[in-house]
Amino acid sequence: MAINIADARHVADLARLDLTEQELATYTEQLNQILDYAQELEQVNTDKVEPTYHSVAAGTALREDKAVDFPNQAGILRNGPEVSGTSFVVPRIL
Amino acid sequence: MQHLTLKELRDKLQKGETTAVEAVQKVFAQIRKHEPVIKAYLQTFEQAALGQAQKADELLKKSGTEARPAPLLGVPLAVKDNLNLLNTETTCASKILRGYVSPYTATAVQKLIEAGAIIIGKTNLDEFAMGSSTENSAIQQTSNPWDTGRVPGGSSGGAAAAVAADECFGGLGSDTGGSIRQPAAFCGIVGLKPTYGLVSRYGLVAFASSLDQIGPLAKTVEDAAIILNVIAGYDAADSTSHARPPQDYTALLGQDIKGKKIALIKELLGDGIADTVRQAVETAADNLRTQGAVIETVSLPTFQHALAAYYLVATSEASANLARFDGVRFGYRQQSAKNVLELFKQSRAAGFGAEVKRRIMLGTYALSAGYYDAYYLKAQKIRTLIKQDYCRAFAQYDALISPTAPTAAFKFGEKVGSPLSMYLSDIATIPVNLAGLPGISVPCGLADGLPVGLQLVAAEFEEQKLLQIAAAVERGSKFARIRL
Repeated sequence: MAINIADARHVADLARLDLTEQELATYTEQLNQILDYAQELEQVNTDKVEPTYHSVAAGTALREDKAVDFPNQAGILRNGPEVSGTSFVVPRIL
Repeated sequence: MQHLTLKELRDKLQKGETTAVEAVQKVFAQIRKHEPVIKAYLQTFEQAALGQAQKADELLKKSGTEARPAPLLGVPLAVKDNLNLLNTETTCASKILRGYVSPYTATAVQKLIEAGAIIIGKTNLDEFAMGSSTENSAIQQTSNPWDTGRVPGGSSGGAAAAVAADECFGGLGSDTGGSIRQPAAFCGIVGLKPTYGLVSRYGLVAFASSLDQIGPLAKTVEDAAIILNVIAGYDAADSTSHARPPQDYTALLGQDIKGKKIALIKELLGDGIADTVRQAVETAADNLRTQGAVIETVSLPTFQHALAAYYLVATSEASANLARFDGVRFGYRQQSAKNVLELFKQSRAAGFGAEVKRRIMLGTYALSAGYYDAYYLKAQKIRTLIKQDYCRAFAQYDALISPTAPTAAFKFGEKVGSPLSMYLSDIATIPVNLAGLPGISVPCGLADGLPVGLQLVAAEFEEQKLLQIAAAVERGSKFARIRL
């Protein structure tokens, strides 16, 4: 399943990464090397194998659906690149 | 004094033979002397540390007559810079988080503080913990105290180098595929990755959530156990943490290992493992046999697929976790962006380094429409097979042995050009994360003058037994830490 530079450009778009042509070329080559290596997995029969999503069985953790205020709202807002009141400012959307 | 172990320092503090202020001063003298070359720390907090040390000394004086002091009272420790500490910068060694000031403290760090520890600084890492040499730090290059032309390992390379260079008495790292154990091996110290869920991950900047775990880097096995005693435990803020009765992880350290059944992993002693590393590990295994353990060899055939499965699972989860860095609420923002999509794409492109982008690309591809079953799902099924291999082994054995890494510390630049060869340096450590098991690296000897780490792995939540056997490895090897 080799990928070409157009595939890489599509993936970069999905990943929200504005990559240069040079980066796209490099990553296309390197991802192909890694995916080549990963092809060995195809030889393993996993038809009757369940996937492991939790390495240590814990069951589903449930809690009451209750909102709790974060104690340091000012500390969160301080990190905003651009803040107005309690809102983060972004370029115009509409 | 900076050369003391955590345990030795604690005993001296509690007996009144030294003070926390003196300990902090000695550690900072060591930092001033060696940091220009080692560069383990991204930031240090000398004034705050001295203030905390004075308070600790007052408490230590009182405790002489009253109750027993907190277990780490007055002990200077370091934490990896992907752990949040209130009102300090947490960068993950990434340009995208430069200037980010933590609005809260990670649970594991908070537990250290509550136990009386003094957090003296935050240590370097591969950007977002992605790497095996700390060369992927966007901020600085950390050197190995044993040979400053070589890497300290990674991704917790700063913490490992700081502990090895006696620039602190222990530290916390994070381990997703070997990031505590491999740098511990390269720097000749002890590194423990606990069972997934034993230590809360709340406040650890997430890399791959099903694999990440916080653990200690320490001068000795006993020091690692003392730190684990403090950081282990359930936390409602981490839904994957486990509620279990507390254990004293130091309890079995002095016990002999007569009759313990331990197996060398065949797949991790063959091709790709340096002869000198294999010899050091086999010598250490013989030593365990001399101490009364039964040593055999076991085959875990699915391990040959672990690396491929790991890089699909880890990068897939990373691509999702790192979606939050978009220049909106925190971190770097590209000011020239004309719309929101450009803001996301340009901020991320300018803020992330090459390895982080590579892994986001791989993970995004593995999760994208049409490839999910072939890559992510397939990798998660391989993970089940690896768990089953371990399960069969632990029905027979108390612990498994392998080298921690295929070679001793390599030179700067040696593997930078080839991502795959860098990934291969984690071949022995990643199966442990895929299965969620506890693993520890203990120094067991030298290869051409560089430390070799022996990795022990036990069944889930068997840290007591793991540490007991690790202490026996330590006693047998008589490894001498470097003294700078």
